[in-house]
Order: sequence, then structure tokens, then C-alpha cells
Amino acid sequence: MDNFSEIQTTVQDNAISCIGLSRNYGKVQALKNLNLTVPYGSIFGFLGRNGAGKTTTIRILAGLAQPSSGSAWVAGIEATRTDSTARERFGYLPQNPAFYRWMTPVEYLDYSAQMFNIPKKERKQRIDEMLQLVGLQSAAHRRIGGFSGGMVQRLGIAQALVHRPRVLILDEPTSALDPAGRYEVIELIASLRGKVTVFFSTHILNDVERVCDTVAILNKGELLLESSRDELLNKYAINTAELELDNHCQADGQWKETLVKQPWVNSIQTEQNIVRITVTDLACGKQALLPLIASFGLIINRIQWVRPSLEEIFLKVSA
Amino acid sequence: MLAHTFTLSIFFSAVRKEIVQQWRTKRFLVIMAVFLLFGLGSPMLVKIMPELIKSEPGGEELIKLLPPPSTTEAMSSYIDMIGSFGFLLAILSGMNAIAGEKESGTAGLILSKPMPRWAFILSKFTAQLLVYTAAFLMSGLAVYYCTFVLYGAVDIFILLKINLLLLLWFLTFVGATLLASTLGRTVATAGGVAFGFYLLISLIHNIPRVGKLAPDGLMAWAIELGTNAESVAVHTGAIAGTLALIMIFLIGSIVLFERQEIE
Repeated sequence: MDNFSEIQTTVQDNAISCIGLSRNYGKVQALKNLNLTVPYGSIFGFLGRNGAGKTTTIRILAGLAQPSSGSAWVAGIEATRTDSTARERFGYLPQNPAFYRWMTPVEYLDYSAQMFNIPKKERKQRIDEMLQLVGLQSAAHRRIGGFSGGMVQRLGIAQALVHRPRVLILDEPTSALDPAGRYEVIELIASLRGKVTVFFSTHILNDVERVCDTVAILNKGELLLESSRDELLNKYAINTAELELDNHCQADGQWKETLVKQPWVNSIQTEQNIVRITVTDLACGKQALLPLIASFGLIINRIQWVRPSLEEIFLKVSA
Repeated sequence: MLAHTFTLSIFFSAVRKEIVQQWRTKRFLVIMAVFLLFGLGSPMLVKIMPELIKSEPGGEELIKLLPPPSTTEAMSSYIDMIGSFGFLLAILSGMNAIAGEKESGTAGLILSKPMPRWAFILSKFTAQLLVYTAAFLMSGLAVYYCTFVLYGAVDIFILLKINLLLLLWFLTFVGATLLASTLGRTVATAGGVAFGFYLLISLIHNIPRVGKLAPDGLMAWAIELGTNAESVAVHTGAIAGTLALIMIFLIGSIVLFERQEIE
């Protein structure tokens, strides 16, 4: 992408744009020529194993590290220049957010809001709003030093949103949390859909599968793929339908012989009352399978088109 | 112009936060207590020292060699005490300033907001400047009161002058510790580097020609004022040198911090 106007368009049309972003630490290339775009309004999952370069990318976007080459833009402002203007456009939550332990959430949020020049009257209203959003009203005046991991993470999201940024950048927001804390934070992220663009890195694939609409996979500093979640799941879909027949139905019978003769059917496996039908043409199979089964008068308790989990795709792609 | 005002308002917010932090973490109280001890302890120690020596075997003979307790002795002891322990206090209370925030991760979160790095550094220095000014004011008042009660009247203007010189001398180590704290990745490293700076600063006055610009010149000036020396030399070179050194430490901290990657 070397055309200036093309770059300008990409930058303006996307919440985050990275062009040729590289970062070397001595001889180690933490990030290799990363080209990435995050569309406005998306909840974008940035996947990768530990050490893949996710945190390096995020720290560059947050202005805490400089790239060896390339540039990155957040909400149309170049984040890789030392100018602090870009920082007004995004909210950032690091992997292990650390707060002044002697402060209360109200004090920290007020201090954060002051950094964005929010007038005093409005600050109070925003702080109340944020505390309500993250469910910390009851702990509003307690010392942060005594907070649990989940509470710290929720406060982290509140401080990142207090200035109503267009983009929210979260680095592994759930990795240090117990299952309950993880659930809370993921629900909170899901509740932000449509209000703000969320870019979050993680290696917990269940979280991505639950909330993200767009996904990128990074491996050893290189971008392996970038796609919408559904496209990705469809692309790697295993073309198999799993049917659970009612106990009264015979799993073997004439219907099976007819089915296997269909040009779009690849194979059929049966195990008690579970039948797995692999098709060669997914679209055709989806259209024809059910009417055909019904024509034999079989009673179906459940039918499911088996999709690979994101975890399976991730392992396959990053292997 | 608007952006400039905005940046300044961030700086003042940061200074306010630093001062509140000094208060809430009890650091302010500890510093005040130490300086109160310097102020009250010096004249008292001078007063009771002959009695202590006398109570030791052979003390009667030794006491004849020592000057009698006086205002001059009290002042000299006060300056000595600050000269001996002041740098340590500056290092211990300041080594955490930047390195501690980098180590804990609080700096990363704050610097991802529109807080300029120069404001982050200067807010730390400004808050310490204010706290130590209050501390010197208090220790000055304490030494004035105690000396007045034990020995008689003291020239308050001379005392004020002495404290201003000591404050300026002290700020050299505050600045040096700030640079050390910016250089260090951990608080312990910062403390070690700050101590190294102290040794280097102490050596400056031994360098021919440059020596007269060293912060130690301020200490010598304070001693001359405190001991009512017949001719008190005006060490303007030391004032200029110390101010320049403080500026170098601050600019060095900012330049270094601007280039650093924050975890």
C-alpha cells in the first residue's frame, strides 16, 4: 500500500490502521511488517499465542513504544508520532492495569478525566455513568488497593471509557481473571457493541468466539489472517451435519441407501441414533437434506451443522 | 494557545495528585518529622553534649577541648546534620518517583492518556520542591525557636538565608535522584544510581576551577553565615552552578523519558 490517497482513505475509513508496522528488539523481530485494519463499530479479536507480538502492537498503538518502521493510526490520527493528540481518541487498558492504590475509583476516574480536559461538572456525571456501567458504584469510595482482580479490570475499562473514546484498546483483558471475572468482563465488552470500536488481544478463544465479529491471527510477529468471525468459521467449516434421530427410528435403513446416492453427499456415519452426514456441497446439502429426511418419515430430535471452534481454526492456522 | 493552556492544566492536575499522594502515603509526615528532628535536635544536642561527655570517664578533660554550647555551635550542628543526612532523605524519598511507577505499571496507564512526559517528570519535581520548601520552613522555625530558648536571640534573616542555601543544595540531590529514577528500570537500581550521582556531585568541588561552582559551595556559604564568620564570601558561582546542575538533571530526565518505552 504505497499510494498516498489510498493510505489516507484506509486511515479515515477504519478505527485502527497499521501499515508496514515492524518492531525489532535487538535481533528479535517482535513484529514483521504488520498491515491491519480494524473497521469502525467492530469488536475485533486480536489472537495469538504468547509472544506473538500482540502486546507490542498494542503498546505501539497506545504510544508507549515506537515501531522500528511503519506507522499506525487510531481514529484517523497517527499514533506512532510522539504527538499526544491521538491519545484523546482511544481508551487503553493494559494486560495488568495498575492504579494508585491509595486512590478511590472516583478519584482515579476524576484524575483520568482531567487529562482529557473535561469540565468539573461534566466529570462528576461521567464518573457516575462509568461506575454504573462497570458496576462499581458500591465501591466508589473504597481504596483501590483492596480491590479484587475483577474489580481492578472493571475499573480499568471505566478509566478507558471515561472520555468517551471512539476506540477502546484492551490488552488481554480477561487473562488474569477467574471464570466469574472473565464472564463479567466479556459481558461488559459485549454491552459496548455499537457504542465504541473495541480492539482486544487475547489467547482465550472462547472469549473471542462469544463477542468478536472480526478476528485477526498473529503468529511470531506476522499476521496470518484477518477476517470476519463468521466468514472464518464458514471458510474452515467441516461440511458435516449431525442428526440425532428419535429412539423409534432405525439408524440403518432404506433412507440411508438413498441418501448416500445423492451427488452432494460424501459419506454417512452412524453411531446408535446419531448420524453424521458429510457433504461435498454445503449449500446444496443445507437445502436438500431436511426435505429428504422428512420424506422418509424419520423423526429428528436435533440437527446441527457442525462448525469447527475458533480454537481448532487457530491451532490449524498457527501450527 | 488553547492546547498550551490544556497542557498546563494537565501539569497542574499532576502536581496536585503528587502532593495528595505525598500526604495520603504519609511520606509528607515522615519528611516533616525528619526535618523537625533536624531543627529541634541540633540545638538540643549541642546543649546536652557537654553533660554527656562529662558523664564518661575522662570526659572532664575532653570537655575543655570542645567549644562551649552557643548559637554558633547550634547553627553549625544544624547545617552538619542536613549535610550528612539530607542527601539520603532525598534519595530514599525520590528514587521511587519514576522507577516505581514504571515498575508497577501506573506510568503506562497514565501516559497512554494525553499527559505529556515532560509534565509527568516536572510534576514530580515540583511537588517535591513544594514539600521540601515546607519542610525547610518548618525545620528553620524549629531551630529558631529552640536556639532562642536555649541560647538567646538568633538573626532570623540569617537563618532564612541559611535555609534557602540548604534547600538549593538539597534540590540538587532531588534532581539527581529524579534522573536516576528515570534511568532505572527498578526502584533498587534507581537508588543505586542516585547514590552514584551523590558521590560524583561530592567530588565536583575537588576539580580545579569547576570546584567553585559545585553545590558544596552553598554548604560552605551556609556554614560561614551560621558561624558568624568575619568575612562571608558570596558564592554566586555555587548558586549558578547548582541551578545549572538541577536544570541538567531535569532536562536529562525529560529527554531520556521521552525516548523510553513504557511497560
